[in-house]
Amino acid sequence: MSAPAPSLHSAEAKARAERLGLRLGKANLDVFAEALTELATADRNVLAVTSDSRGSGKLKPFGEALPKQIVEVGIAEQNLVGVAAGIASCGKTVFAVSPACFLATRSLEQIKNDVCYSDLPVALVGISAGVSYGALGSTHHSLHDFAALRAIHNVTVLAPADNRETRSSIRWAATHDRPVYLRFGKAALYDLSDEPAPRDPRVASLLRDGDDVALIGAGETVIHCLLAADLLAEHGVESRVLSIPSVKPLDESALLAAGRECRVVLTAEEHSEHGGLGDAVARLLLGAGMTPVFRGVAIPDEDTYTGSQADIFGRYGLSMEGIADRALRALDAARVVL
Amino acid sequence: MTRPALTDQHLRRKSAEYRRDVLRAIYHAGAGHTGGSLSCIDILNVLYNRVMNISPVNWRDPLRDRYVQSKGHSVEALYVVLADKGFYPFESLEKLCRGGSYFVGHPTRKIPGIEMNTGALGHGLPVSVGMAIAGKLDAASYRVFTLLGDGELAEGSNWEAAMCAAHYKLDNLTAIIDCNTLQITGATRDVCCNEPLDEKFTSFGWEVLCIDGHDVAELTTALSRPAASGKPTCIIARTVKGRGVSFMEGVVKWHHGVPSADEFAVAMAELEGALK
Repeated sequence: MSAPAPSLHSAEAKARAERLGLRLGKANLDVFAEALTELATADRNVLAVTSDSRGSGKLKPFGEALPKQIVEVGIAEQNLVGVAAGIASCGKTVFAVSPACFLATRSLEQIKNDVCYSDLPVALVGISAGVSYGALGSTHHSLHDFAALRAIHNVTVLAPADNRETRSSIRWAATHDRPVYLRFGKAALYDLSDEPAPRDPRVASLLRDGDDVALIGAGETVIHCLLAADLLAEHGVESRVLSIPSVKPLDESALLAAGRECRVVLTAEEHSEHGGLGDAVARLLLGAGMTPVFRGVAIPDEDTYTGSQADIFGRYGLSMEGIADRALRALDAARVVL
Repeated sequence: MTRPALTDQHLRRKSAEYRRDVLRAIYHAGAGHTGGSLSCIDILNVLYNRVMNISPVNWRDPLRDRYVQSKGHSVEALYVVLADKGFYPFESLEKLCRGGSYFVGHPTRKIPGIEMNTGALGHGLPVSVGMAIAGKLDAASYRVFTLLGDGELAEGSNWEAAMCAAHYKLDNLTAIIDCNTLQITGATRDVCCNEPLDEKFTSFGWEVLCIDGHDVAELTTALSRPAASGKPTCIIARTVKGRGVSFMEGVVKWHHGVPSADEFAVAMAELEGALK
């Protein structure tokens, strides 16, 4: 199997990442599989439940090493979540793994009722999320999972941005006694810091400080925010970059500080413009009486554009260049004199 | 201390008491699913009083038997049986469907004795499969029972779970179909016919038994089968919707009809009469 494509798609972006000393790691999926194997090796009550997705979930070695700790339900996502809830109700730690595009809608009622309403500690793992399967068309884009899951009570929604945040999120989810949704893409990711990620993934990471513009990302858009900040510095713009691994609940103090201290707030997400990180942040800031110039970079509500993740990020301004351009125009709108 | 075994006659009397209590609770709440609660009472009676190892004493014991009421709309029957088993006082049912009450119109785990939140149909079998898989993984002796409505079987998730149960050879799992042949719109065979149910489950790899769902002796035999066949068991229990109240029996409008004061008096007289 070929190695996953790295998450950066332009030579300029790659060169900038290298200049910043960022190290290319693995796909979050690989880190997930490793971390889960580690946890399950130490505790036989840790299980994976998959819907014909052990290959795409990188769980084949897990299944070979720990055959009694993987439950395969076939291509049956509703049953996947119900079975996971039933197993969890018997005291086991369950990770239910399925492509995000199916898990977050085809199984939505099971997530709502069997897991969240019943308050069972199932970790729902949406793999190949966002536009990881970009070329496969709308059926395989998951641009709705933040919106769908945010609207359900009693679930934490996590989108780790790099391998560090992923390890931390998996370990946290394994011990958290409530429902968790984790979203992973397919691309190999750069580690965004040399610091260890917070042990509690509900805490945002401040990756760069500044007070002209706050660039706020979740999951695979964060690297593009970080590189855009470096590009913006060449224009004299000081950017604050926040990684928000937890789309719900939000790290309110970090976000309110950004809203209070920065003239522009920009969110970037691999999700529909409706119901995701941008809506959550805007609601938080407005509710607190803050009115910074706000821009939500996301996938617009239009007929599906297909192509690689890079193609789609490029089209909708989720690349380093697109985010920097949007931030500069927003600063103009804010009549900031540079 | 070993309690004396309940005779069939005792159980029949209990069913009559349960039906009276169900109707009383629904009448006072002004809401509830009357017909389906009355059709499944004998099934619950035999499960809780003769078959399952479950009581307020072992409620948190990992080795307890599990019961999941997939047809969650008949929760009034379950509430009454759990009250009788001592999970909470009967008076708790006075709060049925009241604002802020835990005694919601469908099962929730906030109520002692209830394993899983249900009510949306097609959910009980998959979660029961999960419980049975967990039991197999732990080589635990407990059994898992789930009660399905026949109309509910139109939900595709049931068939995903039915395949999965056979694949994993879950002979610790028993699905009981409260086959009262009616659903909210009319006869199940007219809404979306699912017959022949026995052949469907057999072809999915299950052991299938067809019994009279109001006969406590038949229910006892069917529900007490040893779990050693390597196959999950499906019990198709033929029942009558609204059983025990003459003007409700087999009448669709009592799916979730609440009796008027006059109807309540007539129904209670019939149900009390059955106790004599």
